[in-house]
Amino acid sequence: MHRLWRDERFWAVLLLALAALVPVVAPLLGSPATVGLATRIAIYAIAASSLNLILGQGGLVSFGHAAYFGLGGYAVGILYAHYASGEPFLGLIPGSNDLLVTMPVAILAGGIGAAIIGALSLRTAGVQFIMITLAFAQMLYFLFVSLKAYGGDDGLAIRRVVPVLGMNLRDPATLYWIALGLLALWLFLMDRIGRSRFGRILAGVRQGERRMAAIGVRTYPYKLAAFTIAGMGAAMAGALMVNYLRFVSPDMMHWTKSGELMVMVILGGLGTLLGPVVGAAALVSLEYTLSGLTEHWQFILGPILLLVVLFARGGILGGLRRLAGRPRQHQAQPLPPEELPSGELPPGDPVAERAAHG
Amino acid sequence: MALLLEQLLNGVQLGVTLFLLAAGLTLVFGIMGVINLAHGSLYMVGAYAAAVTASATGSALLALLGGLAAAALTGMAVEYLALRRLYARDHLDQVLATFGLILFFNEGMVLLFGRQPLFVNVPDGLRGAVRVLPGIDYPVYRLLIIAVGLLVALGLYLLIQRTRIGMLVRAGATNRDMVRALGVDVRLLYTLVFGLGALLAGLAGVMAGPILSVQVGMGEQILITTFVVVVIGGIGSVRGALFGAILVGVVDTLLRAYVPGLLRQVMAGPDADALGAGLASMGVYLLMALVLLVKPRGLFPAHA
Repeated sequence: MHRLWRDERFWAVLLLALAALVPVVAPLLGSPATVGLATRIAIYAIAASSLNLILGQGGLVSFGHAAYFGLGGYAVGILYAHYASGEPFLGLIPGSNDLLVTMPVAILAGGIGAAIIGALSLRTAGVQFIMITLAFAQMLYFLFVSLKAYGGDDGLAIRRVVPVLGMNLRDPATLYWIALGLLALWLFLMDRIGRSRFGRILAGVRQGERRMAAIGVRTYPYKLAAFTIAGMGAAMAGALMVNYLRFVSPDMMHWTKSGELMVMVILGGLGTLLGPVVGAAALVSLEYTLSGLTEHWQFILGPILLLVVLFARGGILGGLRRLAGRPRQHQAQPLPPEELPSGELPPGDPVAERAAHG
Repeated sequence: MALLLEQLLNGVQLGVTLFLLAAGLTLVFGIMGVINLAHGSLYMVGAYAAAVTASATGSALLALLGGLAAAALTGMAVEYLALRRLYARDHLDQVLATFGLILFFNEGMVLLFGRQPLFVNVPDGLRGAVRVLPGIDYPVYRLLIIAVGLLVALGLYLLIQRTRIGMLVRAGATNRDMVRALGVDVRLLYTLVFGLGALLAGLAGVMAGPILSVQVGMGEQILITTFVVVVIGGIGSVRGALFGAILVGVVDTLLRAYVPGLLRQVMAGPDADALGAGLASMGVYLLMALVLLVKPRGLFPAHA
């Protein structure tokens, strides 16, 4: 019989339902600030989950995911700046302060950015891929630092936002519920993708790209599609974050932000549905607690990360699974390229060629 | 013309600094298969140690030795305590663990020395300028950096091509498991290579001290540019690291020198300067994208 409590989807629904009660419970416990913390967690959970699509599903170690987070944020910020000044963007696109307009634009911007960067980066693999995604993210970071018209280093403030469908975004609880709703939608999408043919091809890419090439799948378009979808998710989270902070700055795309997103995915559990959410909650709470203790909280966080990587494999969800006595999910590990039999592939296939040398 | 030559020399000087970092990074990756983000932290440790020694003793030689020793010891300790356990892991674990190390080192430096940047004076004997061509003076100290960098490049070439250790390094870069199977003490080799990489990073940090300000975060700034160098040059190739470093150093310096000026002809001054600085910072990344479009494995791939 299908055991309900062993299904991750059951826990996802339960967790989201409980999380929806936070704005009701928090004032009763006398800590209304919890809603803000929970909003940050929900937003980072979307961003981390989007990274998990390429990192956990596809095994593509992108070290520049904050770029799309920031692109989404700047789409909202720049549209607001043009709304405030009355001049259209590039003389064509009118500004806006309506989330129903800015959110789709942000997602589109993140998607386009990810498609361009992904198309170039995915020509490489392994360490080159890590370094090149990092470098492109830095490039965008420097671009926004230098754009004095949009605040440069100091960033942009977003002052007035119109209500969305009658909901006031200034109300912390409302914004929280919107973020939580979008997180639920995003997790649903991730679950569908994970169970689709597309998701299985991504898993195949992670486990052995040469084998995928050998059975006749051109992996590049699938990887690019996943990279683009992940960028759109991060941009959505970025747009929400700017609405929460009412502020956007190049710090959103700083490389440490990319590192933090990766940490969330690993901390929670790589390649699982709930892992990134749990990881986001853990890291945001940890940062909140440590920064309350000492100004130098990174001095403690750094070694914690090191220890997690060295000794706690599988992250928090992996640990919970072991506690629950669930047999470890069998995960096929990719063989190193030199151990794969060679000579059985059609010559001249660029993907196979690259995998063979990579 | 004088300005161009001066900027070219500045570019080469940045290039050799980048080379010192890139050589260590690419060797460590080539031999051990480890991507070490904390390499920039070793550069920072070297710079801080030298700055503190210099202000305490006033001796440039002691500062140099202090910086080198601090960087090499820190590097060996990092290898022994953390990285050694990561050789068999995938790159993702290595990135995360060394990301944690960066946070630790950066905040540790803040705890020890505060957030204020430290300034280091150019050593007494090296303060003046020398006439490199009629009408063109260039600081002695920067010329010395170029000379040291090129000497290190030559030394590395001899070490790798002409000595037994170098032979093992080359063999290890080609086929790690075979070297192990032939009975070479790989652990010792790994520690030596890592120590050498840390020493070179420390040397870069010590020499950069009097030119830049010594501050927290200096390591990551240059580390990411070093990544660009390594990707352009081809991962695992020291020759590629040298060519990539000089190329990136010169391109970056020239763009920074000339792009704001060109933009100022079409835009208002301050805006042009800011946008020009931004575009110049982006230049090397565009260069890397171009190189990868043509040669996805870099200009001098090591395992061809």
